[in-house]
Amino acid sequence: MELIADLAVQGVQMALVLLLAPLLTGLVRKVKARLTRRQGPSLIQPYRDLLRLLKKEAVLAHNASWLFRVTPYLVFAATWVAAALVPTFATGLHFSWSADLIAITALLASARFFLALAGMDVGTSFGGIGSSREVMIASLAEPAMIMITFTIALIAGSSQLSTIAAFMLSPEAGLSVSLGLALIALVIVAIAENARIPVDNPATHLELTMVHEAMVLEYSSRHLAMIEFAASLKLLLYLSLIACIFVPWGLAGHGAGLGAYAFGIVTYLAKLAIGGVLIAVFETSIAKMRVFRVPEFLGGAFMLGLLASLLLFVVQSQ
Amino acid sequence: MLIEFALIPVAGLLAVSLAAILAGGRPSISAPVYGASAILCALVAITGLAAMLGGGVSTTVLPVGLPWLGAHFRLDALAGFFLVVVGLGGAVASLYAIGYGRHEREPWRVLPFYSAFLGAMSLVVLADDAFSFLVSWEVMSLLSWALVLAHHRENENRRAGYVYLMMAGFGTMALLLAFGLLSGGSGGYAFDAMRETARTPAIAAAILALVLIGAGSKAGLVPLHVWLPLAHPAAPSHVSALMSGVMTKVAIYGFIRIVFDLVGLPSWWAAMVVLVLGGATAALGVLYALMQHDLKRLLAYHTVENIGIIFIGLGLALAFQSNHQTAGAALAFTAALFHVFNHSLFKSLLFFGSGAVLTATGERDMEHLGGLIHRMPATSIAFLIGCVAISALPPLNGFVSEWLTFQAILISPELPQWGLKLSIPTVGALLALSAALAAACFVKAYGITFLGRPRSKAAERAAEVDRFALSAMFILAGLCVLAGIFPGFVIDALAPAVASLVGGQMPTQTAVPWLSIVPIAESRSSYNGLLVFIFIAASATIAALAIHRLASRAFRRSDPWDCGFPSADPATQYTAGSFAQPIRRVFGTLVFAAREKVEMPPPGDTGPARLHVTLRDLIWDWLYQPVAIGVTVAATRLNALQFLTIRRYLALVFATLVLLLMVLALWS
Repeated sequence: MELIADLAVQGVQMALVLLLAPLLTGLVRKVKARLTRRQGPSLIQPYRDLLRLLKKEAVLAHNASWLFRVTPYLVFAATWVAAALVPTFATGLHFSWSADLIAITALLASARFFLALAGMDVGTSFGGIGSSREVMIASLAEPAMIMITFTIALIAGSSQLSTIAAFMLSPEAGLSVSLGLALIALVIVAIAENARIPVDNPATHLELTMVHEAMVLEYSSRHLAMIEFAASLKLLLYLSLIACIFVPWGLAGHGAGLGAYAFGIVTYLAKLAIGGVLIAVFETSIAKMRVFRVPEFLGGAFMLGLLASLLLFVVQSQ
Repeated sequence: MLIEFALIPVAGLLAVSLAAILAGGRPSISAPVYGASAILCALVAITGLAAMLGGGVSTTVLPVGLPWLGAHFRLDALAGFFLVVVGLGGAVASLYAIGYGRHEREPWRVLPFYSAFLGAMSLVVLADDAFSFLVSWEVMSLLSWALVLAHHRENENRRAGYVYLMMAGFGTMALLLAFGLLSGGSGGYAFDAMRETARTPAIAAAILALVLIGAGSKAGLVPLHVWLPLAHPAAPSHVSALMSGVMTKVAIYGFIRIVFDLVGLPSWWAAMVVLVLGGATAALGVLYALMQHDLKRLLAYHTVENIGIIFIGLGLALAFQSNHQTAGAALAFTAALFHVFNHSLFKSLLFFGSGAVLTATGERDMEHLGGLIHRMPATSIAFLIGCVAISALPPLNGFVSEWLTFQAILISPELPQWGLKLSIPTVGALLALSAALAAACFVKAYGITFLGRPRSKAAERAAEVDRFALSAMFILAGLCVLAGIFPGFVIDALAPAVASLVGGQMPTQTAVPWLSIVPIAESRSSYNGLLVFIFIAASATIAALAIHRLASRAFRRSDPWDCGFPSADPATQYTAGSFAQPIRRVFGTLVFAAREKVEMPPPGDTGPARLHVTLRDLIWDWLYQPVAIGVTVAATRLNALQFLTIRRYLALVFATLVLLLMVLALWS
């Protein structure tokens, strides 16, 4: 019975992240538009865009290889698997033991590895500039993420996300300096990983300021749809991650009743909405930074993560 | 019993070399030599596997070597594991060379040394006394030096050979002194006698320092790594694969055998030294690798990084061991051995791939390559698998060993010493940084070499390589995938070796449901490569099928978009140098004293603009250059002594004798 419940939770979660991801992107765009006194597209515009792209004929460069065509599906799959393993509304995910937070970080790194390769496949200068800058950003964001994982794993005694969420819900979890540092670092990493302002601009079409968008410049139709979908999923993943570690309230525990699950979903939606609005407010109130300021920004996150785990190592002696 | 089974194929390897010498290294014997080596190495690997899984110890004494000592050999679980690494690497490299060796212009410079080199590496692993160990080690070094000089007409290779010979001699001397200290006053050269000798902490520290120099220089530990990126790429590609993938592992074996087995219980500061050296090696190695545009040199620098990762694992194991935490030591040691195995797989694979590129295009410089994915489809798939594996990305094998290392770091806060408390998280951060930079490095290596458009005529005309080379690459690629999705089997196979050295082992992994791996307890952390692999494969396939079925599968070819300005000239693509430029800007000034100088022609002038980038190896400048200068100065001064008359020489001898006698008199 418990197995069925866990499997059901896992299944619902997989469907839920897929359904909600474009909506979150739509919400952020809408709020940003309203904040800049524009009407903005409707909330469900990302779904329409995806459907439109899916139905179109793909245009490939003459020398695009099989790697270019396979990558969108791989990126989508890896991001989806990662997003399905981060607790959203309940902790009792059936497959949560198949990858811990380090493995989830690495799964996202796999997706980026292939995307960066695809950016270089056609052999255009924009693809190269995008890939090159993307790996530079990743080479600092990933270690920062690992240090954050260290911090949280040392506090919760586990790097398994379901266990971490359960620990954070329990009365044992208290405020600590390390946790605060980890939160700041995680927010910085989330901004960089999702190519948001001030690191990158998802809405830009001024070529030299693009990173992520330059890398996927050659993609069209269904391939582009998969990549955009993966980007939405990744944004949802990072918001879920921050929510399940730092504001776990409302998460249904392992083997809870239907009422608890329903409550979990409602609170999750509320958290996503708040997160989306916060992103929009943050992005409208800050300017994009030069690309060579980004390493300092991310280096800060890396150092904060290192400092947080050093503090924990030192504290554990008593 | 097993030891004889191991020694017979090793003797066979030496005999093959002898036969190759007698045949004068004619090109026609190339295939038989490599074929025989492949079979003999496979036998070595099978014997090693039997010893590794059986966990028993088998010893023998042969009446060769020093008259009163004989040559002791011993095959235990640890030696078995390293015999698997040597045998497997040797067998696959020989298979590769059946095809690759045909392109060798001067086979008589490779064939006589090749099999004996494999045999010598096996003998290092099997040796059970200091004398046989050192002789095998030195033979291994000299034969690999001869192989490095196979293409000695290139100036660069001669310099590589010279630096390698100096470093190898220096390293062996350090090992010689280490064994001298190990045998102590009693002078027992057999390893059994050394295990029983008690030592003071000062002696143990001196031994550790000497082993770090001796084995560390062979493995490529920073700052003793300078010869490695010169020598490894200079050899023919299958030998490069053996040097990087296997010989560095033999050096690691030497370190493990002496430090974990012969010296006895370590102290925590020894662990700290190893950890810090490992962390520095990992981070510096990958940064150097990122700056290279020679494919083989990039791979060689990357070996330095992986050696660092292995030493981090070993340092953690020492830290846990010095505090009697067996579970942690077993986890860290397993992680290190797992990475030894993984690195031997993917580094050989990548060197084979670079050899294939070299055969097909005659180029090692990435700036002249590109677009090979269209012309060498099979090689490009195998090389891609190698790149994903070495970048520590799931679900392949490189990720598993790094994940295990991270797990070992996560249980280390309980260690009481302050030095460890501060150094372990820092080393963890360096490990995380080097893993991320490795991915960047291999995006560059693969993207510039195999993707994009050809940057030279040679790259345009490239053709796929022969079947032997391809099958060797695909065997290794397959093993990378298998070790990544079934890591539990590898961990269980390593258990006897781990148990014999640290006195404990990780929980049995193959009994865990769904073939997950669980280092400590499932509530702490677990990982399942198989499920991750299935999930990704299934969801990618379902997504692709559903879209092709329900939405659209139409496509057409067209010019690239490139924001409306596609250029037909391949020179407009990103190059290896420009790809690494952002990372050079971030780390370069600190690590390489990087300088960029732009020369712009004045307005109106249509001459070319130039960008000069200078990178310096600071370790070379600060550590080696002063030593070289010192030696030169001393040699110039002493040069005067070469041209004395016989009377003066006699006076000099007499004065020395008197001086020594006086010293002796004052001493007592």
